[in-house]
Amino acid sequence: MNRNLLSRLVIVGAALAGLVLAGCGGNNGGSSSSATSGGSGLASLSGDLKASGASFPDAYYQEVISQFKSTAPNVTVTYNSVGSGTGKKEFGQGLDDFAGSDSLVKPDDGPAPGSFLYVPTVAAPITVSYNLSGVDKLQLSPDTLAKIFSTSIKKWNDQAIAADNPGVSLPDKNITVAHRSDGSGTTNNFTKYLVAAAPTAWKLGSGDTVAWPASTQGGDKNTGVAQIVEQADGAIGYVDLSDASELKLTFASIKNKDGQFVAPTLEGAAAAIEGAEVKDDLTYNPLNAAGAAVYPITSPTYILIKNKYDDPKKAELVKGFVRYLLTDGQAVAKDVNFAALPSSLQQKALAQLDKIAT
Amino acid sequence: MKTETSQTQTPGSALTRRSGGARIERLFRLWTLATGLLVLAILALILFSTTREAWPVLRDMGFRFVTDATWDPNPSSGGAVFGALSFIYGTAVSSAIALLIGVPIAIGIGLFLTELAPRWLRGPAVTTVDLLASVPSVVFGLWGVLVVAPALVPVYRWFNHVFGGIPGLGSLFGSPVGTGRNFMTAGIILAIMVTPIITSISREVLSTVPQANRDAAFALGATRWEMIRGAVFPHSFAGLVGATMLGLGRAMGETIAVALVIGGATSITPNIFAGGNSMAAIIVQQFGESTGTFTAALIGLGVVLFAMTVVVNLAARVVVRRAEARMQGAAT
Repeated sequence: MNRNLLSRLVIVGAALAGLVLAGCGGNNGGSSSSATSGGSGLASLSGDLKASGASFPDAYYQEVISQFKSTAPNVTVTYNSVGSGTGKKEFGQGLDDFAGSDSLVKPDDGPAPGSFLYVPTVAAPITVSYNLSGVDKLQLSPDTLAKIFSTSIKKWNDQAIAADNPGVSLPDKNITVAHRSDGSGTTNNFTKYLVAAAPTAWKLGSGDTVAWPASTQGGDKNTGVAQIVEQADGAIGYVDLSDASELKLTFASIKNKDGQFVAPTLEGAAAAIEGAEVKDDLTYNPLNAAGAAVYPITSPTYILIKNKYDDPKKAELVKGFVRYLLTDGQAVAKDVNFAALPSSLQQKALAQLDKIAT
Repeated sequence: MKTETSQTQTPGSALTRRSGGARIERLFRLWTLATGLLVLAILALILFSTTREAWPVLRDMGFRFVTDATWDPNPSSGGAVFGALSFIYGTAVSSAIALLIGVPIAIGIGLFLTELAPRWLRGPAVTTVDLLASVPSVVFGLWGVLVVAPALVPVYRWFNHVFGGIPGLGSLFGSPVGTGRNFMTAGIILAIMVTPIITSISREVLSTVPQANRDAAFALGATRWEMIRGAVFPHSFAGLVGATMLGLGRAMGETIAVALVIGGATSITPNIFAGGNSMAAIIVQQFGESTGTFTAALIGLGVVLFAMTVVVNLAARVVVRRAEARMQGAAT
């Protein structure tokens, strides 16, 4: 009996020792950024703000939140990156003070029509990242892109890809298409672009989820898709610029409406925002915008705020944070690979805050 | 069997002296009845509430919900189509691979521990296998997607190269996906996860075989394997099937580990090296962004999974009963 107990203890002890040794190797480092910008009224604010929503702008919002903490140390803002759909649902149920969403609010998404306002915040290119050894420059036209993602084109050395890339030798490899397995505003914008730019070649419609063909691979969130592209030779997928840059993926240049092949850069995204038509409720569509320097797959993202807050203190907090995000906060956008709003749109967005009834 | 004794009676056993007699007996019966009914009530409540949530979609799609292979919540034209067949197929295939790999290993470990292992090895071996059971499933999923899947791609390519050309069997070993996330990898990870469960129960069951049966087989001149086949298996068959069903239940319901390594593709194909999706995985992937009818359809998938588990368990009971009759009948 004793020996049995002893032997079991030895095994458990050995397992624990193994864990400790493995864990000792890593150390974690934390960094806190210090911002010197300050709004005079902000330092006096105190309270909590809860928000959730799109994963697409998460890197930017987290950066703004940490900068905001040094300006308004008594305010705690939390943004949970759970996806646009869940964010809208929670906002509609009153669980959030504001929500982040890449896609517009549809009737059964949660928030009641007329109870919220759109505030554009940033935009970023959705890159078409690929992993093909030996090919470090790739150009794709919308038709070819649509055919690749609907798996009508199965191999890298297909005629259509070769036609877009004169002089580049493409290997005879299978294309592994990576897409989102979860519902996503990024998928929504990417498929909306394909519907607008390649209507004959793209038949799968658009939405947070589409019926991808059987031979594709699904990854969870932008990071999951980026991981698939990074791991598999011959993979191609759509990933936001932030996550794609983090894994140092290679991007394809896409042919825009004016016929130019443009790489996914912040300048291309900024040109797309400028070229887009802004509606009265401040929603705008930079996908497939006209302009020579435009990167055509630029995704807008919005914050949804209520047009009436029951608690005036909460309204002050929301106004303070969103105003910071639209003014000083815009400066950090390019550090995390997001394009700031042009000043005309920024002014209109700030004006939205004044519409909050108190 | 009423043993009513008052406190002043003869010094009976300590068991009956301080138990309080009939009152405690009644309370005990009430408690066991209540807990038994509670379990049934929870089961019924789950079934009822999920079916009610899913009813709009189940009613509209009817039988097509389980026979249609298309899952399209946002079609470019027409209404949304929710066909669960691809996911039922994915669950079935990954669980089948898991059992095909896991059951022989688990029963093998069980037999080793009860028949062949030296006494001093039994304790540590049992502890190690139980440790495997306590690893969280998300850890298995992470390990699978970061280590196992990329490492197995060359193995799959080799299988495809060697067996892909054979007519019939070759369609099982088709072209592997570039990432290694497919039915086979999911099956392997699931096999590792269900082996501890099946092992621990099998070991218990195998150890209850009376030594007399074993000795009788040896006395007749049987080799060790013949003894196992003739004396151990017939006696413990029901228990082994029960252990396998428990493992199958875990394999069919396993969510995170499968969602990470199965590939996230909606497809029905005999190629086990192709990506696919399972019911539990698609629910966890798409639930967060779903609304209205879409959510109802996902809950409907849960109902189908539940029903599948029940059907499989009932089928197992039938198998056990038939086999018992045959084996016990032959033994006597």
